[in-house]
Amino acid sequence: MSSTTATAQTPPPTSRPLWRRIIGFNLLLAVALGIGGYYLGWFIGHQIGGPSYKYEAKTSENDVALLLAYFFGVIGFLIGLGFANYPISRMLGRPASLREKEGEGIGRYFGLCTDHKVVGFQYLIGIGVFFFVGGLNAMLIRTELLHPTPTVVGPNQYISLVGMHGTMMMGMMTSGILGPFANYFVPILIGARRMAFPRIEALTFWLLMAAGFILTSTIFFGGFPTGWTGYEPLNDQAVMGMDSYIIFFALVGLSMALLGLNMMATIITMRAPGMTWSRLSIFVWSVLATAVLMVLAAPVLVATLTMAALDRTIGTTFFIPGGGGSSYLFENLFWFFGHPEVYILALPGFGIVLELLPVFTRKPLWGYRLAVSGMLGVTLLSFFVWQHHLFVSGINADLRPFYMLSTEIISIPTGFIFLCVMGTLWKARTSFTVPMLFVLGWTFNFLIGGLSGVFLSDTPSDTSTHGSFFSMAHFHYTIMGGLIFTFFAAIYYWVPKMTGLRFNERLAKAHFWLMFIAFNSTFLPLFALGMEGQPRRVSQYATNLQGLNTWVSISAFVLGFSMLIFIWNAVYSLIFVRAAAEQNPWRSKSIEWQIPTPVPVNNFEQIPVFESDPYDYGVPLGVGATRPEPAGA
Amino acid sequence: MTEPNHARRFGLIWLVSTLIATPLVVVLLGPILPPGNGSEQASGQATDNTVLLAMATPVLLLVVIYLIYAVVYFRQPSGAVLEGPAVRGDARIQTTWIIVTSTLVLSLAVYGTVRLLADNGAGSGSGPTPLTVPKGPKLPVQVIGQQWAFTYRYPTYGGLEVPHLVLPVNQTVELHVTSLDVIHSFWARQLAVKADANPQVDNVAFVKPTHVQTFEVRCAELCGIWHGEMFDVGHVVSGPEFQRWIRRAQATYAPATKLLPPYSTTYQPKPTRRGG
Amino acid sequence: MAKKILAVGAAVVAVAALITLYVADWATSFPKTVSAASAPANSQGANLTLETVASIGPKLSPSHPSWVSYLVRSNGRWVHSTDYTVPANSVVHVTIYQFDTPTGLRNPFLGQVQGTVGNLASYDGKPGNTVEPEEASHTFAIPELGVFVPLPGVPEESKHLCEEAPCEPSSSDHHTISFSFRTGRKGRFHWQCFVPCGAGWFFGNGGPMQTLGYMDGFIDVV
Repeated sequence: MSSTTATAQTPPPTSRPLWRRIIGFNLLLAVALGIGGYYLGWFIGHQIGGPSYKYEAKTSENDVALLLAYFFGVIGFLIGLGFANYPISRMLGRPASLREKEGEGIGRYFGLCTDHKVVGFQYLIGIGVFFFVGGLNAMLIRTELLHPTPTVVGPNQYISLVGMHGTMMMGMMTSGILGPFANYFVPILIGARRMAFPRIEALTFWLLMAAGFILTSTIFFGGFPTGWTGYEPLNDQAVMGMDSYIIFFALVGLSMALLGLNMMATIITMRAPGMTWSRLSIFVWSVLATAVLMVLAAPVLVATLTMAALDRTIGTTFFIPGGGGSSYLFENLFWFFGHPEVYILALPGFGIVLELLPVFTRKPLWGYRLAVSGMLGVTLLSFFVWQHHLFVSGINADLRPFYMLSTEIISIPTGFIFLCVMGTLWKARTSFTVPMLFVLGWTFNFLIGGLSGVFLSDTPSDTSTHGSFFSMAHFHYTIMGGLIFTFFAAIYYWVPKMTGLRFNERLAKAHFWLMFIAFNSTFLPLFALGMEGQPRRVSQYATNLQGLNTWVSISAFVLGFSMLIFIWNAVYSLIFVRAAAEQNPWRSKSIEWQIPTPVPVNNFEQIPVFESDPYDYGVPLGVGATRPEPAGA
Repeated sequence: MTEPNHARRFGLIWLVSTLIATPLVVVLLGPILPPGNGSEQASGQATDNTVLLAMATPVLLLVVIYLIYAVVYFRQPSGAVLEGPAVRGDARIQTTWIIVTSTLVLSLAVYGTVRLLADNGAGSGSGPTPLTVPKGPKLPVQVIGQQWAFTYRYPTYGGLEVPHLVLPVNQTVELHVTSLDVIHSFWARQLAVKADANPQVDNVAFVKPTHVQTFEVRCAELCGIWHGEMFDVGHVVSGPEFQRWIRRAQATYAPATKLLPPYSTTYQPKPTRRGG
Repeated sequence: MAKKILAVGAAVVAVAALITLYVADWATSFPKTVSAASAPANSQGANLTLETVASIGPKLSPSHPSWVSYLVRSNGRWVHSTDYTVPANSVVHVTIYQFDTPTGLRNPFLGQVQGTVGNLASYDGKPGNTVEPEEASHTFAIPELGVFVPLPGVPEESKHLCEEAPCEPSSSDHHTISFSFRTGRKGRFHWQCFVPCGAGWFFGNGGPMQTLGYMDGFIDVV
């Protein structure tokens, strides 16, 4: 921790002439070099030969060129942002700064910045944009499903939209809470001045932005037909748009692994004096659990997609049945990543819920150790359940009782979280602020998600529900109802700290109620639709299901409208009205609310010393307590 | 001001509503739960769904009633800034919770396993060599998925291939599901059968239709542009009617039958990689 | 400051609107619909005249000039579209000029003519009910209406192969296949080719086989 103390002084703000700022390493140069790299890769791809090239003339598609173009484009983009400056100046023997753009004006938000608070902000905006794009895809999907045959959206574009929606949400939103809120608040919560690897922290963000742009660009190359799962051999059969998917997920996987590594290193090594493991915020515990999952699961995805890219380009046969490979291999590898992935989405939500509850119930967190063991239990078990996605595929059919057991066992640690929520609510003094409403919304949604999951985990029951709208409704309840509700809880809770400004509460409450009602109105009927025989990812369905589909579509549009209320609230409150938030509007006892707003570049003048966990609320033997209750378990 | 005994009151509300709701769910919802009673497998799955629903109802009620109770009674009085009781846990409650949820979950897993094995895969695709096989004579039928249609072969009737599935009633059928190209999934909803059609894989599922009916066939695994169009209507007919239909189909599809390769559990048509 | 914010905000909104328009345009693009010509007065129903070509050429499809494709005859010209309108409850007479070479069926079962009037098709004037699976070049199939018609390929060694659309029956070697099918209720039904004719694609089923406007399309029964 010598570096943190050595760099404690705030650097003097530098003012450079305009031309230096335009020419310097920033987003503008990054985009220029990115485009340059793209065309370089495209050119090289057309010069070299490969086994698939004899077909190129027939298909007018050159996957090698596009993959190389994306690859060099990303490299150019990162160089333009200044990621190469540090290694190059060190190689030339020059002294290199540990900091990049810290304390500079608005420009630091548009480039490589090593201040974890700036990166948190960049994540919030960047992920928000792609979340919006993914949401628009969903709106187009629901528009098409107003009619049982393809009428508005073409069949090619429909499956591409389904794939883009799924991939965007599953890829970008994995960092939905870890990106903005963990990057911003984990160092503060553990009493550190920065992350362990500030440059890697910035790199994870810019990799994700490049990835999001690449995925969106798939529409220029014909889209991709596989959905977010990218199953082989359909993957191999797809047009060039598939390469956008491969590069997107590979970059997301890289970003995830690096983000997880950074979080693990920070939480393990950079805790302030007195911040023992049992005093750690429950949110930090959830980040640690998620980080472990990211580091262990994401590399499998990157490897799998590399194999898929090789199959598509140079003629390997990893996943080619009859060529020595197997489509089962892809399913196995993908879900070995894919199932931990859904817990990567769910776990930070658990953390947010348990972090916010004590503040608004004015009670200590009930069952701290149970909550931690619940999260760690989910982390461990999530690596042993992946074949429940393949119950009807014929793969290792004799092992299904094991996967049924492991899948159902994972609901025990998840149940711990529910018990902690319920225990904290008991005899509480709850104030129903907007973040608290979202927490309560999570409790209901995740309950429905969890209980519907029981049907999917039971192999006989799963036979009918697998691959139908039932499973689609289930995972939207756990991911949208779980992650996105806590994402908004975190926004309403923490953005006043991050900006020093407050949201319009009436609009915020309108957002919550409209979102909660429209969400349930959209996804509850989908359970019935799935049972009635509507498979996932179809733009054609039985005509007798049109009524229910119309209901769902209209609810989905209302759900989309509730997001517009949020955007309007953010623009209106944070840009136009700019009403200052109180220093500690929630009367929280957690450390981030005790330091000044805006948070200084180095967070703390002196590294704090912790003497308790942040949940020191309530009065001993509180009002209404009928008997003294033993502490801890 | 005396505080009511919340624990007893909440417990009572939950117990009463559970005792009312659970039988109601079983009696009212049970008979209409999908996938119905089109086959032995469908009835088995419907029973399964009823059992799961009966087990989920008390849990659902517990959390939902608790949430409502907490929202109604455990509020911050308006304008006040009161603190709640500083309780950090309760060993008894936590232990009880762990024991109860573990028991519930383990019994679910045991129940599911028993049903899966007793029902011979419960209509699911169980790989080339299923662990349990129904007793008695079985009619083998091959389901061939290709982009974007299912066709069906009857190896015991001269390898006849037809575009629509017809099955005899009260006869155990051994479905061999395979694919000629990408992964499809054969889903006969009313018969509660779902089995992925993988290239180069023979995925076996058993089904025994219990009455004469019409059923939907759909593809349940994304297989490209016409995934949603890959649906079809099949028929369950009486035994004698099935024999008549077989004779008619043998005549109708005689020209195609001559073109077919010999019956095999999997096929590898050309091109095996890139076409050209 | 306020001016700056407004300007940035307006720019963001404008860019977002342009992107939304582009995406909406992309998502909602269908091939142009071509109506079947009504048949001559002495016979009932409608006439649909199609041709299959080995490659569509840069003039009709700048983005995918090498893709195999169907074309339709409309007002005396060959039009690049696969979305056809036919009348409900009537007989549709289809004539297909087949210019492509054989590829071979993945599932030989589809080598039998099914679902047409009389379960027959006329191959160069001779009625037939099967095509040898390895001689098939394409199929014209409307699975939902039960129509499956295999189309035999022109031998590779033919002297006058048409390389690029539009191909004219008068100048290139071809097969002429004609058949009729009955339409019932109104609705939109997809049609497709079952021969893995997407040259260079995995299993021959990618690219043109999975893109609306080449080897797939809609029959709108109105």
